Amino acid sequence: MTYFAKPRLLRPDTPRNSLGYTRRDYEGAISTLCAGCGHDSISAAVVQACFDLEIEPHRVAKLSGIGCSSKTPDYFLGNSHGFNTTHGRMPSVLTGAALANRDLLYLGVSGDGDSASIGIGQFAHAMRRGVNMTYIVENNGVYGLTKGQFSATADKGSKSKRGVVNNDTPIDLVALALQLGASYVARSFSGDKEQLIPLIKGAMRHRGPAFIDVISPCVTFNNHAGSTKSYDYVREHNEAVNRLDVILPRDKINASYPPGSLRRVVQHDGSILNLRKLDQDYDPSDRIGAMNHLQERQALGEIVTGLLFVDSSAEELHRHLNTVEKPLNQLGDAYLCPGSKALEALNASLRRS
Amino acid sequence: MIPTDIGEHEYFHKVVDCQWACPAHTPVPEYIRLIAAGRYSDAYMINWQSNVFPGILGRVCDRPCEPACRRGRLDKEPVAICRLKRVAADLKDDIQDRLPVAPLKRNGRRIACVGAGPASLTVARDLAVLGYQITVFDNGVSPGGMMRSQIPKFRLPDSVIDEECGYIVNLGVETRYNQWVDSLAQLLTEGWDAIFVGTGAPRGRDADVPGRNEAAAHIHIGIDWLANVAFGHTTRISPRVIVLGGGNTAMDCCRSALRMGGEDVKVVVRSGFEEMKASPWEKEDAMHEGIPIINMRVPKEFVHHSGKLVGVLFEIVRAEYDEKGRRSLVPTGEPDILMECDEVLVAIGQENAFPWIEKDIGLEFDKWGLPVLNNMTLQSTLPKVFFGGDSALGPKNIITAVAQGHQAAISIDLFCSGKSLLERPPPMTNLVSQKMGIHEWSYDNQVSEEERKKVPVKSLEKTLKDIKLELEMGFDPYMACSEAERCLNCDIETVFTAKTCIECDSCVDICPTECITFTHNGEEDDLRGRLKAPAKDLEQALYVSDTLKTGRVMVKDENICLHCGMCAERCPTGAWDMQKFLLLAAVAGTEVRRT
Repeated sequence: MTYFAKPRLLRPDTPRNSLGYTRRDYEGAISTLCAGCGHDSISAAVVQACFDLEIEPHRVAKLSGIGCSSKTPDYFLGNSHGFNTTHGRMPSVLTGAALANRDLLYLGVSGDGDSASIGIGQFAHAMRRGVNMTYIVENNGVYGLTKGQFSATADKGSKSKRGVVNNDTPIDLVALALQLGASYVARSFSGDKEQLIPLIKGAMRHRGPAFIDVISPCVTFNNHAGSTKSYDYVREHNEAVNRLDVILPRDKINASYPPGSLRRVVQHDGSILNLRKLDQDYDPSDRIGAMNHLQERQALGEIVTGLLFVDSSAEELHRHLNTVEKPLNQLGDAYLCPGSKALEALNASLRRS
Repeated sequence: MIPTDIGEHEYFHKVVDCQWACPAHTPVPEYIRLIAAGRYSDAYMINWQSNVFPGILGRVCDRPCEPACRRGRLDKEPVAICRLKRVAADLKDDIQDRLPVAPLKRNGRRIACVGAGPASLTVARDLAVLGYQITVFDNGVSPGGMMRSQIPKFRLPDSVIDEECGYIVNLGVETRYNQWVDSLAQLLTEGWDAIFVGTGAPRGRDADVPGRNEAAAHIHIGIDWLANVAFGHTTRISPRVIVLGGGNTAMDCCRSALRMGGEDVKVVVRSGFEEMKASPWEKEDAMHEGIPIINMRVPKEFVHHSGKLVGVLFEIVRAEYDEKGRRSLVPTGEPDILMECDEVLVAIGQENAFPWIEKDIGLEFDKWGLPVLNNMTLQSTLPKVFFGGDSALGPKNIITAVAQGHQAAISIDLFCSGKSLLERPPPMTNLVSQKMGIHEWSYDNQVSEEERKKVPVKSLEKTLKDIKLELEMGFDPYMACSEAERCLNCDIETVFTAKTCIECDSCVDICPTECITFTHNGEEDDLRGRLKAPAKDLEQALYVSDTLKTGRVMVKDENICLHCGMCAERCPTGAWDMQKFLLLAAVAGTEVRRT
């Protein structure tokens, strides 16, 4: 609603990370979403995560589709690369970009309409191909831009603002991601940054497709009694299986936990995911167990959140395709056109002698 | 922590740092907004009500508001509050018809005010409009007291003093100039209903070092010399002048000396530069005129040849601090230095003196020679006699004298009405939402990123030649507007209603200075450390809400809030609102709240 930029005045003791940036340096333009939108909290969580991870802004590419959620990349990481694709096509454009330049960190931002309706095929294939990315779905269960019709993730039986009951079966993107081979799968809530920020940090340090479904209440069209994606409903039914702390190689570990209460997962880049168990029996390395747990709890009306599955040894698309390590724009003419002698040698190697 | 009681007016008053710091509690942001809007007369009247002498204070106030200014904590420099006040005085229209008039029918009470300085005149104004018959005694020929006799004309022209003292005298105040009151006992027999003493701190402290008496013809007490300059009795000074002392009087002395024929004028101070009593801006002004300030020199002797001053001998010292942080100046052991000069101005402090108050009439003095007073009512041990200004609690500044004048007037009014002096009337307060539309407020909430404006000055070439030529020209309307826009509107308070909050975090995410946190409650020390931006300034309050639905509380650190209203704009339920807090300090005649 605010139509002017945030004042640049900073308090004198504003923290700076090792790159010399403040949190404000990771912000983008001022949000034009409705006041109170959960998406703005997710943007703030992305800002905090990138500040904490000390990411150089030019190392990030943020891509999105169409929708309220897909507008948000304008509101964070104003100094990073961005691409606002057509509706539902963020995953394929991101896949192409990732293949061309593997040096960047890819952040895909999408919504329930963008990913569960028009773009569901794109979503599915990005997951199964193992694209190295962080895929955030800002999930509010309604089409906010078109005045609040149910989206494909709206729960059966939930009521719209004007009292209509939804009769369609919801698509559970977390369940799909698990089934399709995502190697880091989480669910969180925009109103719980303590949980959300570490999940984003862990995802951005993960190799392979990392999917986070963030329930993000639409204050304008889906925050009433009868909604299952309102602030109150999600707070009442939120069942977190664990709490995550992301420990970077540079960090000192000073917290101690009673034995058996903590699970450590070391990722390929040396970062450590410290998972404090909230559900003693939950095993986030068991893909099938995770799917079963999710289904069981969902039947009871609970919203399961936390880091639901992680496989730190998974491989990603570049490895599968055996692509060149250097970004394509850095290869140079001589490498790309090695000349007729090289062609002859190649042809010769393919001829039957 | 327990939820903050915002119904208690002290809480929001303290958030308005400038108004809180002002002894007279002038509603600073309120008049600054009016200046930005070009409503100079309205801005002037708000000042006039609170601090009585806006034109004078806009030039020479000690400005306790500026070091307190919130912008000073977030930006390089505070808002130029003092000089904006001058803008209101300079650019206003004729405000005669807005001034109150004394009632035609007096209430029959007669009050004597001794001295015609800021404290006495404040008492006179506050009481005259209530129908009191006021008589002001002064040994000078015109009102103003020390404002007229001590402050050089190039800082404060007589015309400004005449105008603002005139507003008060015209309220039907009887003035008896050229009348030196030499006996309080005598005054007490004259049947006054109350007597107010506002005689200032008239005695300059002397430098008691060898050679003082022998070279007396070349050594002057600073405040006496300034008075002589002000009234034209002194018109010249020798070329080489040393000013002893590091206060504002010393700064006035050296700058005046430079305009009176001084060619080599130096200020020599016992202490270090930082510990000098002079306000930083007054030191800057002196240095701007090329006057060197030499620190860590203790005068040891006035060196003279049979009464003709040769110079001053100084011992070089350094500061040492004991474990309690107390400073002592110890000689460095370097050889003493002789600084040659023709004349010396001694400006090392002022003292109170009451030679006209008899010691046996029941008015008690403490061991420092100050009257024994109730600090709130300013009533002396003689119930009829009240004090204010420098003569009450020791030398301070004009704005403090005005504030004490208001309090003394309240006391005198209560005293004459036979009421208890200890039940003080409350200030008038008001708290009103400023919301005009979806993202529209009745104040300009965009935070200016302009730098502090410097007041334009006339060339030194001209001003150093004419002691009566005012150096500063004051802001023009454009500069005034730009400077006024730097005000953060701290009186537009962030008011939080816990029961409408849905804890969506929007305010937390948007706040440019991260001063809002939602967290579990705790003790203050613990909470201060757990906030999104740790609240290290213990002087500044935490605003703690009632417990919210999730069991958490909203905690806001008042220290770094920009009052930009973004939290309220992003709030979907109106749990945050921007509400203007107006506090007008009580004056005589305000009703005491019935309990």
